[in-house]
Amino acid sequence: MINFRVNGEQRSVDVDPSMPLLWVLRDVLDLTGSKFGCGIAQCGACTVHIDAQPVRACVMPISAVAGKDVLTIEGLSPDGEHPVQQAWKQHNVPQCGYCQSGQIMSAVALLSSNPSPSDEEIDNYMQGNICRCGTYTRIRAAIKDASAHYSLAKNVGDEA
Amino acid sequence: MSAQVQNVSRRRFLKTTGIGAGGLVLGGIMPAFSPVWAEHPQSSNELNLFVSINKDNTVNIVCHRSEMGQGIRTSIPQVVADELCAQWDKVSVIQGLADERYGSQNTDGSRSIRRFYTTLRQMGASARTMLEQAAADLWKVEVSTVYAKDSFVHHKDSQRKVSFGYLSESAAKLSPPSTETLTFKSKKEFQFIGKPIDGIDLPDIVTGNADFGQDIKIEGMLYASIERSPVVGAKVKSFDGDAAKVVAGVVDTYQMPEQPSPVVFHPLNGVAVLASNTWSAMQGRKALNIEWDLGANASHNSDEYLAEIKHRIITPGKKFRVAGDAYAKFDSAADRHEATYTMPYLVHAPMEPPAATAIVRDGNCEIWACTQTPQSTQANVAGALGIDPSKVKVHVTFLGGGFGRKSKPDFSVEAALLAKHTGKPVKVVWSREDDIQQGYYHAISAQHFAAGIDENKQVISWLQRTAFPSISWTFTGTVDEPQAGELSLGFGDVPFAIDDLVCETHKATGHIRIGWVRSVSNIHHAFAQGSFVDELAAKTGKSTYDMWMSLLGEDRMVDPKTQGFDYQNYGEPLENFPIDVSRLKGVLVDVVSKSGANQATAKNEGWGISVQRSFVSYVAVATKVKVEDGKVTVLEMHSSIDAGTVVNPDRVRSQQEGSMIFGLSLALMGEISVKNGAVEQSNYHDYPVLRISQCPKIESYIIASDAPPGGVGEPGTPPVAASLTNAIYHASGVRIRELPVNKVMSV
Ligand code: FES
Ligand code: FES
Repeated sequence: MINFRVNGEQRSVDVDPSMPLLWVLRDVLDLTGSKFGCGIAQCGACTVHIDAQPVRACVMPISAVAGKDVLTIEGLSPDGEHPVQQAWKQHNVPQCGYCQSGQIMSAVALLSSNPSPSDEEIDNYMQGNICRCGTYTRIRAAIKDASAHYSLAKNVGDEA
Repeated sequence: MSAQVQNVSRRRFLKTTGIGAGGLVLGGIMPAFSPVWAEHPQSSNELNLFVSINKDNTVNIVCHRSEMGQGIRTSIPQVVADELCAQWDKVSVIQGLADERYGSQNTDGSRSIRRFYTTLRQMGASARTMLEQAAADLWKVEVSTVYAKDSFVHHKDSQRKVSFGYLSESAAKLSPPSTETLTFKSKKEFQFIGKPIDGIDLPDIVTGNADFGQDIKIEGMLYASIERSPVVGAKVKSFDGDAAKVVAGVVDTYQMPEQPSPVVFHPLNGVAVLASNTWSAMQGRKALNIEWDLGANASHNSDEYLAEIKHRIITPGKKFRVAGDAYAKFDSAADRHEATYTMPYLVHAPMEPPAATAIVRDGNCEIWACTQTPQSTQANVAGALGIDPSKVKVHVTFLGGGFGRKSKPDFSVEAALLAKHTGKPVKVVWSREDDIQQGYYHAISAQHFAAGIDENKQVISWLQRTAFPSISWTFTGTVDEPQAGELSLGFGDVPFAIDDLVCETHKATGHIRIGWVRSVSNIHHAFAQGSFVDELAAKTGKSTYDMWMSLLGEDRMVDPKTQGFDYQNYGEPLENFPIDVSRLKGVLVDVVSKSGANQATAKNEGWGISVQRSFVSYVAVATKVKVEDGKVTVLEMHSSIDAGTVVNPDRVRSQQEGSMIFGLSLALMGEISVKNGAVEQSNYHDYPVLRISQCPKIESYIIASDAPPGGVGEPGTPPVAASLTNAIYHASGVRIRELPVNKVMSV
């Protein structure tokens, strides 16, 4: 049994310890918001946070997640109104949507560590997330918008 | 249908398939309408769409086309709801099952709006008319004194109003009006058509709640991963599954039924590993030991093949469009310019690899798949199972990108065969490696262009040749040259005002599955044509813009049929969708003026332009690059589209953005190579697609037009490659005739 928390809930799974977190989430825990795009840490579709750090779940063996806190897209906000999700909706970012869970989780991680990233910092940080549909210019714009919220939150000493 | 789903784990997904409508349900049988619940519709192949109105005043609108990022689940209801006079927040979308009564559901060829715009408006208008009649009957007033607005019918002469929901039952009892009696809104009355309405699925997507083919889960389901033949036509000679079966979670191995040739939409031969989860199935698959009988295609090497067609293309070919005598004019011309262009095989690589889930029980089959083509899924699954298509129910999930890959139903057939074999629900999960190595590829190609130039630097004769393996090879195994349908894509429709012009083809047979990839043969044809125009400009000392204008000539309609070519015009009549030179010029003028592509640039920078009509729409692209130390940086890209009437300008723009990035990706880095019949690339590390760090600043413009709607999903891609390589030439003097760019420059 491997014990860890997902979106605040305690979970325990009895699986091959080498099974990547992505498949535990998708096949065992029915959390399919994190997507399978490449399986080799090339596309970012599976991005989740482990102890607040962005991780490619497709290459993270479940044994390494024991005792940790996992945050997936499903747990990002109770109502889908996290500032990054709001900005995504405002810019109508998604096309097919398949990469977008990973994009959003990466963007949240970026803004948590760097509330007002420059254009170059956005590109550098987000380049591990492929969008085959080509929503990159809207992703940039949405991150900029969400960034305004983060900076504001930081100024008033609030946690975004 | 007795094949019942035990328990689809996602509530939301059920919402998209279960139609629990009371009240008014309208089925569109053209030309009139009849209720969809009629068991045997009188004209069963002509039912297109339906609207239903619930007592609670909500409206369900069917989307019979697949959503893969183009926004069709938003734009179809936009059109219907507008003519219906419904309130937008009362509208929800029902994803249509495979059903021939809808007409074609094959979501490719950029035709969802193009083909269904009129029908959709009729659907809405018919429902509105019935609701108005029901209100007039209720109030005992003349129908001319009532009007529908925001999901209510109002009486002009009093303050009375009544909701659509209240009227739905009585309206449903009325006979649908005939199409000729319908009235439609004028353009200025549109509430939704032409408006940038937010994607209807946005809230589900940003919360991870949209269900894709890969996300389906059914109680008791097995997961399958299939090791398929590395070479098309290869067969399993023998296999040993013992090692696979001891992998934790693996339930069984199974040799897939051997498939006939030609390959068509059949699955490739192979061995499946079935397991209790995806990971175990994939691990088990690695432990399979298979001996293959590789067959004749194992001799195919793409580099040798390309060298061969490149050699052939400079010799005279088979003429298929002729005006005057280009060859004679070459002899008398003062000067002549020639160039040969090549492109490698390409693959779609949609973000979501294909996946399908099937249940086969009691002679029925139920499938959930990220398919662009539910009806051919239905037909092919039925064929593989030996049952009637009416016994196959196909649910269309969200598609994590399609680009043409998911209009091939091979993966659904695999799921059905495995479900039949095991007696359990089975999900077949394709990996990225499977997607890249077992694709239906964009054809490898060579093009040769030549122009005769007179003393006044005018182009007076024109020759173009193309050679590439045909998509028809996939379906016949014998066709060994480009077909009229493919030659109609940006080649035989060349719109230039040159009296002496000839178009030719050369032989090229197939060795791997050839399929259609976003904009199909336009990709290589527009690259060659757009590059050659730029070369002629340089040769004659003109600007590329002036060269385009002079080649395009007078505003006029071009009909390639008058020069002997069986031109197909994307399946549309030329009367309604002519090749209109003024619209080609229009987008070019627009993009050049808005981008500033005619302005001088800094050192090492340059602009490139190109323009193409495809899918009966017109797109011009301007690209600005910097070339320094052998590295290309794409700085800006601008695109102008004339797609006629536009339903959702925001989604048209997003398709433009996506098309530019798709085109840029393939031009910079796209290459599938084949060695001994097998694809060499396997994942995004060796089949790179554009990343955000390579993405330029992008602008897209839409030409206002009242022409009938043209295609949107594909036309943005063709002009991109040439605009890029032309820009590289203008920045650096290096002319790239063989794609991708990263063969010679870093990107
Ligand atoms: S699926 Fe994990 S990075 Fe691609
Ligand atoms: S929206 Fe389709 S891959 Fe990003």
